[in-house]
Amino acid sequence: MDFLDRFAVPNPSIAIYASMVAIGLTVVAIFAGLTYFKKWGYLWREWLTTVDHKRIGIMYLISALIMLFRGGVDAIMMRAQLAVPDNKLMDAQHYNEVFSTHGVIMLLFMAMPFIFAFMNYLVPLQIGARDVAFPRLNALSFWLFFFGAMLLNISFVVGGSPDAGWTSYFPLAGNELSPSVGTNYYMFAIQISGLGSLMTGINMITTIIKMRAPSMTLMKMPMFTWSSLVTNLIIVTVFPVLTVALAMGSMDRLFGTHFFTTTNGGMDMLWANLFWVWGHPEVYILILPAFGLYSEIISTFAGRNLYGYKSMVASMVIISALSCLVWAHHFFTMGQGPTANSFFSITTMAISVPTGVKMFNWLFTLWKGKIRFTVPMLYSIGFIPLFVIGGMTGVMLAMSAADYQYHNTMFLVAHFHNVIIPGVVFAMLAGLTYYWPKMFGFMLNERIGKWAFWLLSIGFCLAFFPMYITGLDGQARRMYTYSEATGYGALNMVSFVGAGIMAISFAIIVYNVYYSVRYSPRNISADPWDARSLEWATHTPVPEYNFAITPNVASSQAFWDTKKKGHELFSGELEKIHMPNNSGVPFIMGAIFFVWGFSFIFSLWIPAIISTIAILVCLVLRSFEVDHGRYISVKEIEETEIKLRGVN
Amino acid sequence: MKIDHSLPLEYSTKQNDQNIFGFWVFLAAEIMLFATLFTSYFTLEHRVGNGPSGSEIFEITPVLIETLVLLTSSFTIGLGIHAMRIGKQKAMLTFFAITLVLGLGFLGFEIDEFITYIHEGATLQTSAFTAILMMTLGTHGAHVTFGLFWGAGIVMQIKKRGLTPETTNKSFIFSLYWHFLDVVWIFIFSFIYLKGMM
Ligand code: HEM
Ligand SMILES: [Cu+2]
Repeated sequence: MDFLDRFAVPNPSIAIYASMVAIGLTVVAIFAGLTYFKKWGYLWREWLTTVDHKRIGIMYLISALIMLFRGGVDAIMMRAQLAVPDNKLMDAQHYNEVFSTHGVIMLLFMAMPFIFAFMNYLVPLQIGARDVAFPRLNALSFWLFFFGAMLLNISFVVGGSPDAGWTSYFPLAGNELSPSVGTNYYMFAIQISGLGSLMTGINMITTIIKMRAPSMTLMKMPMFTWSSLVTNLIIVTVFPVLTVALAMGSMDRLFGTHFFTTTNGGMDMLWANLFWVWGHPEVYILILPAFGLYSEIISTFAGRNLYGYKSMVASMVIISALSCLVWAHHFFTMGQGPTANSFFSITTMAISVPTGVKMFNWLFTLWKGKIRFTVPMLYSIGFIPLFVIGGMTGVMLAMSAADYQYHNTMFLVAHFHNVIIPGVVFAMLAGLTYYWPKMFGFMLNERIGKWAFWLLSIGFCLAFFPMYITGLDGQARRMYTYSEATGYGALNMVSFVGAGIMAISFAIIVYNVYYSVRYSPRNISADPWDARSLEWATHTPVPEYNFAITPNVASSQAFWDTKKKGHELFSGELEKIHMPNNSGVPFIMGAIFFVWGFSFIFSLWIPAIISTIAILVCLVLRSFEVDHGRYISVKEIEETEIKLRGVN
Repeated sequence: MKIDHSLPLEYSTKQNDQNIFGFWVFLAAEIMLFATLFTSYFTLEHRVGNGPSGSEIFEITPVLIETLVLLTSSFTIGLGIHAMRIGKQKAMLTFFAITLVLGLGFLGFEIDEFITYIHEGATLQTSAFTAILMMTLGTHGAHVTFGLFWGAGIVMQIKKRGLTPETTNKSFIFSLYWHFLDVVWIFIFSFIYLKGMM
């Protein structure tokens, strides 16, 4: 019995038991459905074992959307709890668990896979490549992310959720103050998916540097590919820092070391430093690909080349360098003294300069353009003013002396949601709508999409702008309730209403998918938006080899040149194409990592050893395997090409 | 798979070229990993709590032996790659075998060193200093251990399949890895041991 007690949730409630039942039923339903419709083979052959970058991209996308809903439910619960003073909906512990999970899920298991979805899907198409440099590794990255995310997601029904915030500061996150296994989940779930991110970083850099079509020089790459290159450079630079920090944190919790404790020489601030050396660049890992997507979308719907291509690239490179020099702005109040604070204040404010350059470039792209207000464009145009507000409050926070007033208040919460929602989430929704026809062969309904956009924007402003005010009035973040005398009640109620409107808007997006699956016309062209860059020169659906002939590009707007200036993209003979074979090993390795993480989380040493060995065995098998891939013959390519051209 | 015969075997296909480039990027990530460990080491170096400090437990003799053994192994693997380039499979395998044996010797001394520390009361749990010391050394040691298995696997593959674009590519990448571990060790030797003993 003692043994089983460890897996029980420490603070159970009706909601948790209900979720357990719901999870159980869903799993049963999925298994039954797959068996009934005889889809196991299809699932395994076409998806679980795939190494095709497009399919992996779509799997990232689906996971990100599911996680968006999980994180969204957490968000609604928090806003409901704070809607009125002295609310008893949740107790302090439960609230701690909810905001910690919300942060981790939204940043690492929603936003990250969302950007990886677009990188996977788009980068090879934008550079004229057949796949990424290491397709099998790419599949492994995905499955590590997936099983890492699953690990965190089971925490609230098995053993308890992390409750020390998404930043997991020590000593709060140490064994004494966080005795449940929740923080172990945090350490291992992020470690596993972080490994996947690092591998994606290596893979993407190699792909972009080594696999571009021969005519595509670096300065002819579409802007999204540039943003991906810079982003992945940041990933490779900072994820190892997180790896070390998480390893130290895990050792403190599992093996009783003294890295971050307050005794025997341990240093809690070391965690804060390591965490933010990764954490701040991490927010730029999220925003730069979003900037890339906006660049593509704005130039398409303004009908003009992107203004200031070179300065766009330069500003991204400068942002990426500066982003590694600002981390201490997250703890100005922790007493590192005026010299250090001034340094980090100045570097932080300096970041807004290259960001401003990008803003003006987008505005100049719009200037005199014939703007088409489609759904992706609405998100992009909404992004500009809203993100500027978020950036400006960021500069306010960057003034270290003033930050003593703002730090850890709702003002900060308003700031980062103000940059992340109009910045990252809008970009993802815009990209989703924009690339949907390329991915799935039909458009999402524009009218419904516009409803969703307007509701999301209005809901966002209602939900987060009041927090600037309550924050300046002193409402602390991460507090599960407040008294009536503080007078925060009314504005928090407004926030709750705003959050509700955002939830409705997400429901409308889901409805839009359903509606469009049923009613959207299927006979659309391969270029429904009249777009400009190379990915649109492919057929819809994109054949597995992407391009029958490696394209010959003349600029970053290669497809536009072809349509308007008579540039010839594809010339030369068809040749047989080399493609990688599918493999089940990445999926299996991901599953073993899940067991590995779970065993460490619960200190089950025998399964931990066995799964460690199993992982190594997978590596050995991979090393000894002979796999030369396969060829698609010229005849097969011709047949596919004729069939696809017939559709359009 | 197109093979370009003007290039050395390990670079002769496009995939090979990508593998080597990708591995350099991986090494960049490894540099960040060890840089983080070193930074943390310098931060925690003097936070010894009730435990011993570096100057109390470090001994020069075993460390010097470890250094010499590992440096030699870096040299022999270089010879191995040279032999591979000129197509001498047997010489190459011999040098690789010597490298692995030296690696094993290094590991033996390192394990002995750890046991000594533990006997002297410097365990993983003693203080922040001992924890970061053992973690930094341990991470390097784990890399060497992993390398031993990896290298052994490559030797077996070359025995079975000869010098092909694939096996030479793997050997070359392995040699990059091994040299890298040597460079890390030089930093450990200078900035952990020598600095600690001064
Ligand atoms: C002009 C650009 C920006 C500036 C000057 C800036 C400045 C700051 C400062 C000084 C803080 C710490 C405040 C405190 O803890 O008291 C902060 C927090 C934060 N920022 Fe920004 N920021 C900027 C852009 C961004 C962007 C683009 C993102 C994400 C896409 C972002 C995400 C965050 C997050 C997540 C936090 C809070 C983390 C936490 O404590 O939980 N920021 N920002
Ligand atoms: Cu920051």
